[in-house]
Amino acid sequence: MTPLARAAQPFRFYTRLHLAELTGLSAPTLPRFLEILKTAPDACVYHHTHRFLQQHQHLSPEPPNDFAFWVAESLGDEELGERLASVDTVRFSTLGALRDSLARVIEGHLSRSPSAAARRAAAGEEFHFIKDVSFIFPTPFEAWDLREFAGILKVVTIHSIYFHVFEARLRLAHKENDFSNWMENSLAESDLARRIASLDPYTHTLEALRDRIAALVARRISSAP
Amino acid sequence: MTPTGPRIEEYVPIVGRSTVDELRFIAGRLGGRGVQFINSTAVGGGVAEILNRMMPLLSDVGVDARWNVIKGGNQFFNVTKKFHNALHGKREDIGQADLDIFMETSARNIETMETGREIVFVHDPQPIALVKKKSGNRWLWRCHIDVSEPDPRVWSFLLGFVVSYDAAIFSAPSFSHPLPIRQFLISPSIDPLSDKNRELPPETIDAVLAKYGIPADKPIVTQISRFDRLKDPLGVIEAYRLVKPYVDCRLVLAGGTAADDPEGMAVYNEVLERASRDPDIHVLLLQQNDIEVNVLQRASSVVVQKSLREGFGLTVAEALWKGKPVVASRVGGIPLQVVHRHSGLLSRSIEGTAYAIKQMLNNPAFAARMGENGREHVKNNFLITRHLRDYLLTFLSLFMPGDVVRLQ
Repeated sequence: MTPLARAAQPFRFYTRLHLAELTGLSAPTLPRFLEILKTAPDACVYHHTHRFLQQHQHLSPEPPNDFAFWVAESLGDEELGERLASVDTVRFSTLGALRDSLARVIEGHLSRSPSAAARRAAAGEEFHFIKDVSFIFPTPFEAWDLREFAGILKVVTIHSIYFHVFEARLRLAHKENDFSNWMENSLAESDLARRIASLDPYTHTLEALRDRIAALVARRISSAP
Repeated sequence: MTPTGPRIEEYVPIVGRSTVDELRFIAGRLGGRGVQFINSTAVGGGVAEILNRMMPLLSDVGVDARWNVIKGGNQFFNVTKKFHNALHGKREDIGQADLDIFMETSARNIETMETGREIVFVHDPQPIALVKKKSGNRWLWRCHIDVSEPDPRVWSFLLGFVVSYDAAIFSAPSFSHPLPIRQFLISPSIDPLSDKNRELPPETIDAVLAKYGIPADKPIVTQISRFDRLKDPLGVIEAYRLVKPYVDCRLVLAGGTAADDPEGMAVYNEVLERASRDPDIHVLLLQQNDIEVNVLQRASSVVVQKSLREGFGLTVAEALWKGKPVVASRVGGIPLQVVHRHSGLLSRSIEGTAYAIKQMLNNPAFAARMGENGREHVKNNFLITRHLRDYLLTFLSLFMPGDVVRLQ
């Protein structure tokens, strides 16, 4: 194994907080839901596919995205709920592509099961479209090498881990999660970067994700000469 | 107004140092802009309660905040009470004379109240017309009322003012309407350090149970609510009766009656009559006593909130904060607090409520997990520190538009 490198540029840990912005748009049926989803801002798609991660960070496994939950619980369409829950968010690099995929799943379901269009949520259980407004800011922490990185990873808030793993990749359209990107490009730690990138973060709680990344980093540190 | 309450440092053991540091950081990005809160009462009611506790915290994180109360006579508040009922969807006889009274009092407040701060934060409909005084500063309107199905005439009258604000805030997604201004979703919150929610010694719990003659010999199922038909206390008794043959338990129905609700005592008497032949049903007419509410929630095996209609239903968050398994109706803000089968059970009927109570009582491990998840959910989303953070972020959004805001 090669010795641990010191980066030319440190990894600056950022964090983010969010505010929910209401759109005033709501849908009682699947056709209306689909119509709004197709034109809703990316910030809406982001909110409803990530809200559970942010609000239920302690639950494992996490409940599915809001769309799947509403379709199953309020429209009583469990088959479509299952299909929407299994849309693999980690596969998409843009919110637009994720939205198109969700819309295609719904369109396919409506064409196979036309009666699904007649299902109606009870009064008060309509789907309300909400946007996610992010506020991103730096933390005081920066790491120049893997040992410093491992130490900081233990103490930053889960909001910071959330930002670098989920928000940076999908919402800010960074190619990879920020951790893998820095390890690959500033430390030449390709193998470690790849291992972290191949985790499916949507199937972990944020604390479990922190532990998994910390374990991978610790293993690399202990193998260094 | 000079409220007193816990200081921000007292929340560090509950929410962590980093959360409090974040609040200070965001407050610092406001650049010293002052905030003026305006509502219609200094004491009584949920809005005054939360402002009383929030003012010292704003000051602690470095926000220059003040709180003013509008003036109005009986006639004015009778009209705004009618507005309140009409916004809840109740039919009210509101005529031009009522609107004139509202506008006359509003005009006097516009004339006398100074509103020069950079951010003016108006709560509920009573002071809404003050926005006519807007002059280059930013105005926020916070609606604490369930306006999901408002009387169209009153809503349209109020909209004439709402559109002059820079943003509006609602407590649940179903309360929002298409508006030409930005609108944010901010849930209300509970204060973990208040008498209603703080930890209590076992002696206090024993003393209150003894005072009301409630033996701790079998599981206790509790609903804490005003005696109000919309809280469906009779439906809770029916649900309990469906549970009782299978799981021996006690039912506690405890609450007060609102001073402005003439039906309250009638509902209380009906409940008493319905419960009269069962010694395991305890109907308690409580005076305002937060410690006793705290005790009854802590002594329960399951907490029920079987409302037919609900603004937000913070009694649910109070119970979850105490780690209690909750069975509640799928109305108002309750589904934000209870995610079905993850942090409690939701129901739509008496039978569904009974079935959910039985599930909780017969599966203690499942019930405990619901309670633990519920407490974590409240810790992350429904404590006063989150409420404060959302207000600070909303203030920032008035000056920094966009879906992604970068702060340095």
